[in-house]
Amino acid sequence: MRVALLVTHIRAEEKLILAAFNKRDISPDIILDRELNFDISQGSEQLAPSGSAWSAYDLIFERCVSTSRGMVALAVLNSWGVRSFNSFETAAICADKVRTSIALTQSGIPQPHTRVAFTPDSAMQAIEDVKYPAVLKPVTGSWGRLLARVHNRDSAEAILEHRQTLGDYNHHIYYVQEYVDKPGRDIRAFVVGDRTIAAIYRASNHWITNTARGGQATNCPVTEQLDEICVKAAEAVGGGILAIDLLEDAQGNFVVNEINHTMEFRNSSEPTGVDIAQETIDYVIEQIEVIA
Amino acid sequence: MTDGTPLCPECDADVDMPLDAMENELISCAECGIELEIMSLDPIELELAPEVEEDWGE
Repeated sequence: MRVALLVTHIRAEEKLILAAFNKRDISPDIILDRELNFDISQGSEQLAPSGSAWSAYDLIFERCVSTSRGMVALAVLNSWGVRSFNSFETAAICADKVRTSIALTQSGIPQPHTRVAFTPDSAMQAIEDVKYPAVLKPVTGSWGRLLARVHNRDSAEAILEHRQTLGDYNHHIYYVQEYVDKPGRDIRAFVVGDRTIAAIYRASNHWITNTARGGQATNCPVTEQLDEICVKAAEAVGGGILAIDLLEDAQGNFVVNEINHTMEFRNSSEPTGVDIAQETIDYVIEQIEVIA
Repeated sequence: MTDGTPLCPECDADVDMPLDAMENELISCAECGIELEIMSLDPIELELAPEVEEDWGE
C-alpha cells in the first residue's frame, strides 16, 4: 500500500500518524504543500514532488495546517480520482462554518441558533435577533482566532466597524451565533468512520476553551447519546476522520458547535487512554483494503 | 553551533534537537520560545518557522 502524507510541516500529530503507519509496515512519502505545482489538465499520471506519479498512491492523507492549500490540493487530486482522507467534499463543508451549519440543519442536528449577514447594518440586526451575548466568528478559521463575544450594542458596533475595515472579503460575511452558556467546558469528540473513539472535556476559565488557547483536557466518557450525535454530525458533513466540538446547554443537552477535518489530538490520547493516531490509521488502512 | 548543537537563528542559544527529529518538523527554542523549522538534518539547518496565516488551523 502506498500512502502520501500531505503536510504544511511536521507537528506532533504528523509524527504520531507516521509512527502509526510504520507500525503497520507502511512508510508514507511526505509531500510538502509548498512544493505542489499541479498541471490541472494533465491528470494523475504527472509526478508528485516525491517523484512518484500521483496515481501510484492508494491514498493521500491530508494534514495541511494551511486550510486553503489542503482544500485546493484535495479538489485537484479527487478530481483525478486520487483517493484521500478526508475527501474534498467533507473538507469543503468543514472548512466553511456556513456550510457546516447548513449540513447540520439538513440533518436535524442541534446547533446554536445561527444567522449570517453581509453588511454592518444587517449584521447588527442578526446579533440582536440571536440576542446578547452573541458570538461573532470568521466563516473560516480555527484555534479560537478572531472570535468575539458581544455583550451589548456598543461592543457590537465597535467589532462590526473593525471587521468591516479588514481587507479580506471573508471578514464581511458575518456569521453570528447565540452564546451557549456552557458549564466552563466544551467537548471535543473524535469520530473515525462510524465510531466515536474518544472524547475530551476542554475546561477553561475563559469562554474560549480551545486547547490551543490553554483549555485543559480531561477524559469525557463516550456515552450512547454522545456517540449518536457525533456520528450523525460526521455523516452530515460527508464522514471521514473528524473532530466534533460540542457544547452542553443549560439543560445538559448537546449542541454541535464546529467540525474539524484535520484535527489536532496531541493532548487527547493521554487523558482518554485511546491511541487516536493508531485507531485513525487502522481505519484508513481498512478502508483502502476494502476498496482494493 | 557547539559540538554539533545548532543555534537558534533568533537568539543564538543552543537548540536541543529531538532524538527523532525530522526534516520540516516544527520545534521551539527553549531560550527565546520562538518556533523553528528543521530545514535539514545533515547538516542541521534551522529557520524561523513561517508566521501563522489566517487560514491555518485544524
